[in-house]
Amino acid sequence: MTVSIVGGGPAGLYLAILLKKADRAIDVHVRERNSPDATFGWGVVFSEETLGALRDADHETYLEIADTFARWDRVDIRFRGRVLRSRGHSFSAIARKRLLEILQRRCFSLGVDLAFGLEVDDPPDGADLVVGADGVNSVVRRVHEREFGTSVEAEGCKYVWFGTDLVLDAFTFIFRETEHGFFQVHAYPFDEHTSTFIVECPEPTWRRAGLHELTEEESLAFCEKLFARDLEGRELLSNRSLWLDFLKVANAVWHHGRSVLLGDAAHTAHFSIGSGTKLAMEDAIALRDALVRRSWDVEAALVDYEMERQPVVERTQQAASESAAYFARVAGYRELEPIQFAFNLLTRSGRISHASLTVRDPAFTRALDAWFTGTAAVVAPPPVFAPLSLRNLKLQNRAVVRPDTSPAGAGLVLSGFVAVSLEGRITPGTPTIHNWTPAAHPVVLQLSHAGRRGACRPRSVGVDVPLRDGWELVSASPLPYGPFSVVPRELDEDGMAALREDFVAAATHAAELDVDVLELDYAHGYLLASFLSPLSNHRTDAYGDDRLRFPLEVLDGVRRAWDGVLAVRLSVTDWARGGMSVNDGVAIARALVEHGCDLVHTVAGQTIAEDRPEYRRGFLTALSDRVRAEARVPTLVGGHLTTLDDVNTIVGAGRGDLCILDLPPSDLESELAPAPKLVESAVAPS
Amino acid sequence: MNVGVGLPTTTPGTDGTLLLEWARRADAGPFSSLAALDRVVYDSLEPFTALAAAGAVTARVRLATMIAIGPLRATALLVKQAASVHALSGRRLTLGLGIGARLEDYEVAGVEHRGRGRRFSEQLAYLRVGVDEDRVGPARDGIELLVGGASGPAFARMARYADGYAHGGGPPRAFAGAAARANAAWRDLGRPGRPRLWGQGYFGLGDVERGNGYLRDYYAFTGPFAERIVAANLTSARAIKDFVRGYEEAGCDELVLFPTVADVAELDRLAEAVAG
Ligand SMILES: Cc1cc2nc3c(=O)[nH]c(=O)nc-3n(C[C@H](O)[C@H](O)[C@H](O)COP(=O)(O)OP(=O)(O)OC[C@H]3O[C@@H](n4cnc5c(N)ncnc54)[C@H](O)[C@@H]3O)c2cc1C
Repeated sequence: MTVSIVGGGPAGLYLAILLKKADRAIDVHVRERNSPDATFGWGVVFSEETLGALRDADHETYLEIADTFARWDRVDIRFRGRVLRSRGHSFSAIARKRLLEILQRRCFSLGVDLAFGLEVDDPPDGADLVVGADGVNSVVRRVHEREFGTSVEAEGCKYVWFGTDLVLDAFTFIFRETEHGFFQVHAYPFDEHTSTFIVECPEPTWRRAGLHELTEEESLAFCEKLFARDLEGRELLSNRSLWLDFLKVANAVWHHGRSVLLGDAAHTAHFSIGSGTKLAMEDAIALRDALVRRSWDVEAALVDYEMERQPVVERTQQAASESAAYFARVAGYRELEPIQFAFNLLTRSGRISHASLTVRDPAFTRALDAWFTGTAAVVAPPPVFAPLSLRNLKLQNRAVVRPDTSPAGAGLVLSGFVAVSLEGRITPGTPTIHNWTPAAHPVVLQLSHAGRRGACRPRSVGVDVPLRDGWELVSASPLPYGPFSVVPRELDEDGMAALREDFVAAATHAAELDVDVLELDYAHGYLLASFLSPLSNHRTDAYGDDRLRFPLEVLDGVRRAWDGVLAVRLSVTDWARGGMSVNDGVAIARALVEHGCDLVHTVAGQTIAEDRPEYRRGFLTALSDRVRAEARVPTLVGGHLTTLDDVNTIVGAGRGDLCILDLPPSDLESELAPAPKLVESAVAPS
Repeated sequence: MNVGVGLPTTTPGTDGTLLLEWARRADAGPFSSLAALDRVVYDSLEPFTALAAAGAVTARVRLATMIAIGPLRATALLVKQAASVHALSGRRLTLGLGIGARLEDYEVAGVEHRGRGRRFSEQLAYLRVGVDEDRVGPARDGIELLVGGASGPAFARMARYADGYAHGGGPPRAFAGAAARANAAWRDLGRPGRPRLWGQGYFGLGDVERGNGYLRDYYAFTGPFAERIVAANLTSARAIKDFVRGYEEAGCDELVLFPTVADVAELDRLAEAVAG
């Protein structure tokens, strides 16, 4: 059997070693365009689990790799003049050059035909297996791009990969605010003399700083100056260190006939979670295992390999993209308390939660919890049990529950849809402000008008299923909502005035009903939301020119009539072509805040029936995060959160202030009931 | 969790005798449903026709399309067919619908492929709304409606109009992910309770090569994915047990196992594997 490997990076070399070890009779050829000691970049990090896999796969290289590793267990976060530390993370790092050397040597000793300085233009044919281990710009991939279903797109910030002779003793994130915007550094040691020092910033910042016009030396000098204090007089080192975009590579399939992709050629994961080398080497292990298991039946083995690796890699890529997006918008978090900023950073990719960080570093979450609850307690309760003050209202915790589940102990109970008038009902059974009473406290009264989604059958049989004999509907424009929906009448000025009165009267009435939070419903395509979106507001009058006008008039009227906590439930994006983007939604949230809104209940979509939602666990968290950071307003968020750990993580990291829990009532009660008592410390808070 | 079994409507060599025998035995065995796939361009049986035949010789099991490609059929006729199977079988129909994955089915049916999502929504709404004022009988109340598909809009349609979700197959982990999305969509659209969740897989316990050969041929249109589907074929009692357990843990309500070999002995083997 003959195996032709294009590319002598970690993926290609490691596969060559493993194949030779599995069967010496196999002819393994590796073609590498560079010379043996030429490579890009500096050191790369590994996690402990990766090391375990390497130990089992090839003990010899494992020993050498492990021997040269720089190891540490700390993450240092330098932010606003403070250093926040988190322990228990167990990292290791190695110089990329050193790693390749070890692998190259092992290849030679096993009899791999490894040749340098050979650029492959066309993938070799004639081999039983052709391996594309040729990195991000793989030629093996390019010749079958259609079959592989390749996508390549830039993600995250502009970055440049330097080294430095400063030897750090922790994984170090540095955040620096400049007149051009935020810059940040990902730095870590990888041997006794050197550390990796990656600098990044969003592209607009990069342009404002003029970095697109600087030479390699000039931009090195720029970064050296910017981080002079952190470098402690040491210098930055260049190794073809140019500003680049990080390219996210994904492929629908990883093999075609006898060609297979490995490592970066198949997939990349943003460097901010440091996983690319690990994934590349794990790919090699999985491919070797599949070939052995399938007795060198190449086709069957390639299917196995792909089925095993793809789900793992997709999860890593998802986490990496979350991380990349976090760093691209990190400037928005500059006003968070340093401890919260640090917790937000550590939990950015969704792979670490409040609970899992507590396992690694109990002292860190203890400090977070204590700060968060504002107590000097020895053991402060986690963020979900921290009280929240909004205006004159004090909520006992952050867990919000739906009307069909109202256990004792919830911080807040939602009323569900309550119409301001009979015409504003969704179904004949929808409560109105005239017959609704709170079932539990504290309660949020969701005041709404269904608009063009009214006059429907009960939701037990479906949603937006119109009644046979309904009532007249109104909306911003005469556009039916879904298939077979009734065409609504366009609301005229008199209608608007009357509607505004309905809302104001309902708000006045709410005060008598002992409501704790009043929530105006500007979401999900109901009447007030229909004014906000270009997809549902086609008006040519002033209320079409300024789509916010009517919703703000209602808000102003209600604000005057209601001096308690006023929330707005807002679809932050339409999730539809031609509709509102998240940026539009954030701008609306800002305007609402200026007009006296105290809390934004972040939801998305349902502006039109045929939208493109992205459902999964926590699908609204990122939107709440943006609204909270950019409109600077407390948020309430749901999106299928199913554990208290979800709430602790979201609230602790400042991505939201109140969370709706989706749990069966019985589970909810047991989760919320034993709210831990605060143990006041004898020592006064410092 | 219930376990149902597929009818051999897409495997080669099925005739009326075999189909009826298969249905009778399934009804007598430990299975809770009989389901049929839908495909136009293939040597396969039309699902409503096959379910009607199966309904005539069974008394207990539910009869399910898993899924039928809605937009290929004119809506009123789709409703007519479904309601007829429902009536003939003593109200046992579970109507799983989706938009399907094959362009060529649309081409030979002479139906526009573009805009299929919107038309599918209209069909679902039609079923729920009764725009025909129930002039298109027989009565269709009691038809359990499922929607399949993996996109955001598919989950939204499911939550808006259906009683549950029909998953397209894969390991339990993939099913669990889809179930979370289905539940998220259900909540988001304000439906009470939770969606019914149906899963599916393939099995072949006798002549494995014959079964794999069929899968390769049936899924040739997916290109390289065909081999993955072959690799996931459940070919031992052990594999079936693990699969069933995995689906149960992932919250599945009804798992349908589809045959890859049209041989009634396969039913007995499956019954044994599921029971043992
Ligand atoms: C800034 C940055 C920081 C990173 N930090 C980390 C980290 O901390 N931890 C981590 O695990 N990963 C990290 N990575 C990712 C890691 O570098 C890659 O994922 C890893 O190198 C992938 O290995 P590979 O063998 O697939 O590809 P590569 O390492 O890219 O190797 C491909 C090889 O193929 C050769 N080649 C390409 N084309 C041809 C051709 N036509 N003919 C012959 N040879 C060819 C190239 O010269 C190269 O040697 C980082 C990446 C970046 C950009």
